Amino acid sequence: MRYEAPTTIDDAVRLLTDGSGDRRILAGGTDLLVRMRSDMADPDVIVDIKGIEGFRDITREDGGWRVGAAVSGAEMGEHEALVAAWPGVVEATNLIGSTQVQGRATMAGNLCNASPAADSVPAMVAAGAVARVVGPDGTRDIPVEDIPTGPGRLSLTQGDIIASIFLPDPGAGSSSDAYLRFIPRTEMDIAVVGVGVALTLDDSGTCVAARVGLGAVAPTVLVVEEAANALIGTKVDDAALDAVAAACSAAANPIDDKRGTVEFRVEVSGVLARRAAAIAKTRAGGAA
Amino acid sequence: MSKVHVSTTINGDPVEYLCEADETLLDVLRDRIGLTGSKEGCGTGDCGACSVTVGGRLVCSCLMLGAEAEGQEVETIEGMADGENLHPLQQKFIDHAALQCGICTPGLLVAAKSLLENNPDPTEEEARYWLAGNLCRCTGYDKIIRAVMDAAQEMRGAS
Ligand SMILES: Cc1cc2nc3c(=O)[nH]c(=O)nc-3n(C[C@H](O)[C@H](O)[C@H](O)COP(=O)(O)OP(=O)(O)OC[C@H]3O[C@@H](n4cnc5c(N)ncnc54)[C@H](O)[C@@H]3O)c2cc1C
Ligand code: FES
Ligand code: FES
Repeated sequence: MRYEAPTTIDDAVRLLTDGSGDRRILAGGTDLLVRMRSDMADPDVIVDIKGIEGFRDITREDGGWRVGAAVSGAEMGEHEALVAAWPGVVEATNLIGSTQVQGRATMAGNLCNASPAADSVPAMVAAGAVARVVGPDGTRDIPVEDIPTGPGRLSLTQGDIIASIFLPDPGAGSSSDAYLRFIPRTEMDIAVVGVGVALTLDDSGTCVAARVGLGAVAPTVLVVEEAANALIGTKVDDAALDAVAAACSAAANPIDDKRGTVEFRVEVSGVLARRAAAIAKTRAGGAA
Repeated sequence: MSKVHVSTTINGDPVEYLCEADETLLDVLRDRIGLTGSKEGCGTGDCGACSVTVGGRLVCSCLMLGAEAEGQEVETIEGMADGENLHPLQQKFIDHAALQCGICTPGLLVAAKSLLENNPDPTEEEARYWLAGNLCRCTGYDKIIRAVMDAAQEMRGAS
């Protein structure tokens, strides 16, 4: 195996594409090294992207926040302005693993690991996050929900690198977001259900925009439009929250496994969606 | 397989080594540098016995390549005591009998030191969450938490 630490993205793309063999991107390594250790991966070349210029930056841009692909969850949690703008995205990322894992794990790595239960993904989906992908075919911006296509599968091709995740500013009004997951323990476990909700309220407290991402209950994270529609136009009152819960339970299409039965996951999808929407509303300044 | 040449700093001392590209920092520390204080409990990020700090950040050395330490500052359990003088956390672990077999202890001490550097006055809940990635199969955690809280108090008084 060869280890490479390029400092430019062009070099990284080249290292991932020229020559044969299994060539992989290394960000925080909290998935890749576990795979190598358990003989599920045996790369010929590892391309460490942490040294690429700009990859460790959190920057304010016209129209939103851009989080570099090598920024760890811990660094996001320490960035006050990012936490204020996107508390749900940050809390979801900060639920990944332990303090030790937090020091390394990235959102882009969480996305590209393509686990249906990845914690940051429903929150990113709710936030309308867009991945900037640089690869052999140039640069393009792809909505986060279009990147995983199934467990362990991505729509990206060899040589494609997510350079950053862009969190677009919500439209006029007062906005916030929230993420909740259910796990059997209180820490260090894989989500049985995860729900992200982002919403915007106008001056009168009426919801004018919303997005809901639902994780761990289908092969990929779901964008639940019916749940968003149940919020838009309401004051996010009990009736609206009941409708959100019903929409998320209806959208859930989970498997049965040792972590939760189908019935349980369907029920919990609704319960968590309701609670996450209520938290997002309160954070956005809505009346309780 | 071509080896990677790495120049880094470990516990304040400049260190150079050659390692395989797929060798973890934990294996480098233990097998090449002879720093066997960091333990391998699982090798997959679950137990925290291999905890070290890199650039001041707490990480699992089993989830990092030795090659990634290039130009970094690595701190391990071996850098914790000042010669014969134990760090207050080490002393409190002894006072509170916060260890039995001792396999988890180096990782817990490194993680607890990192906690107190980030948050000198943690609540018990904050301490428990910070240390949730450090598993101990012997003590039941209570004595560990008491030792950490006691050390925090003593260190606040001293500074
Ligand atoms: C103890 C432990 C606990 C965990 N707990 C959780 C949890 O609670 N919730 C959860 O969701 N996950 C959890 N995980 C999984 C893991 O930590 C996360 O998925 C993490 O976000 C992965 O990020 P990384 O930067 O470490 O990825 P890496 O391991 O570096 O990469 C993961 C995959 O993505 C690819 N990749 C990385 N970056 C890019 C990029 N920029 N562009 C294209 N491809 C890329 C890599 O090639 C690799 O295939 C846990 C892992 C461990 C070891
Ligand atoms: S040996 Fe590294 S976490 Fe267990
Ligand atoms: S003292 Fe034995 S594992 Fe903690």
